[in-house]
Amino acid sequence: MPDGTLLPAVLAEDDGRLLDDWMREQLASASVRRDLMSETELRQQSAEFLGAFGLAVQTGNFRSVDGPEWAPVRDLLASVSRSRALQGFSPSDTAYFIFSLKQPLFTRLAARATPEQLASEAWTASTVLDRLGLYITEVFQKSREEVIARQQEELMELSTPVVKVWEGVVAVPLIGTLDSARTQVVMENLLARIVEYGASVAIIDITGVPTVDTLVAQHLIKTVAAARLMGAECIISGIRPQIAQTIVHLGVVLENVTTKASLADAILVALRATGYTVTRIASRS
Amino acid sequence: MDRIPILKMGRFLLVTIQVDMHDRLALTLQDDLTERIVKEGARGVLIDISSLEIVDSFIGRVLGNIAAMSRVLDAKTVVTGMQPAVAITLVELGLTLPGVRTALNVERGMELLQGELDREGLATVEADADPQG
Repeated sequence: MPDGTLLPAVLAEDDGRLLDDWMREQLASASVRRDLMSETELRQQSAEFLGAFGLAVQTGNFRSVDGPEWAPVRDLLASVSRSRALQGFSPSDTAYFIFSLKQPLFTRLAARATPEQLASEAWTASTVLDRLGLYITEVFQKSREEVIARQQEELMELSTPVVKVWEGVVAVPLIGTLDSARTQVVMENLLARIVEYGASVAIIDITGVPTVDTLVAQHLIKTVAAARLMGAECIISGIRPQIAQTIVHLGVVLENVTTKASLADAILVALRATGYTVTRIASRS
Repeated sequence: MDRIPILKMGRFLLVTIQVDMHDRLALTLQDDLTERIVKEGARGVLIDISSLEIVDSFIGRVLGNIAAMSRVLDAKTVVTGMQPAVAITLVELGLTLPGVRTALNVERGMELLQGELDREGLATVEADADPQG
């Protein structure tokens, strides 16, 4: 006897009460998030799933859910899972969508099966639901990772404007923590602008960098060295007292780099280096 | 191309690298350049690498060596027009070319050399004048 012969029948002959029972099960649990999703929406999703699930079990393939006959179910679960990931459901809330179906389904199997059949019937149904549960969790995880990756990318883009301060002087105000990937973007951006504006002095302002460790310092030194290779002098400005202390305690050598406490000082030095002076025009009052 | 041309401009030598450097080419350039510095009595060397898109550690090292050799022969070296990608690569390789002057383009590089020469020229004239006076 092929296993799970009763499952298709149970689903095919169901008159909608399975959906009701399942809904009751889902709504009773703590994982239902009425703040994030309305009951009608949940009911619609559940009904769609039961439809697709019913069709998939008709094919009689319970061994794996990776086959083409399970594709509609997988697509449906993927979209459910993805929307829940974006709405802020937790992984277990999402997985419970599948696992809560077990109780009503088993009750129906128990009603039809003989006691001897019951064990194997329950085993088959349970395995299929477990696999679907794993699948929905996996998709959930993947969507969350996509969200994180996209946010990282956005952060990267908005973080590194290179400003032209004066003829031949560019400045890049760094904000936030510097890691390797960000430094790479900053470096490429800065070097490209140096070429574009024909700048001979570049100011890197680290007022907005919360902490400087050896790695960050290393990145800064690399950027300065690269700019120097292209023929532009670099000034690092905006070094807060705390950071100056950290740099010295860490034993980071910034000897070959011009450093200034404030951006204003750096701009003054940069203007002098490019042959300008700043003069105050006496007030006429 | 098996040789990179070396042009003489007044007291400077001008080298523009417009093809991708391979190892032999770099070594030939090193030979030719040192020969020419001695022959012409050049005081400055300007190497324009604005068309150079790819460098490896060997080429980077040769550039550094050329600069060091010119210095021994009393000629200043300026490397001009390095592409951002090339600069990043060299830094990542740990070749920051210490002792090599750099400039954004040939024009600025020439100004830099001229400036050096003027300063040094004054110093030499003073040094020459002293023992005579």
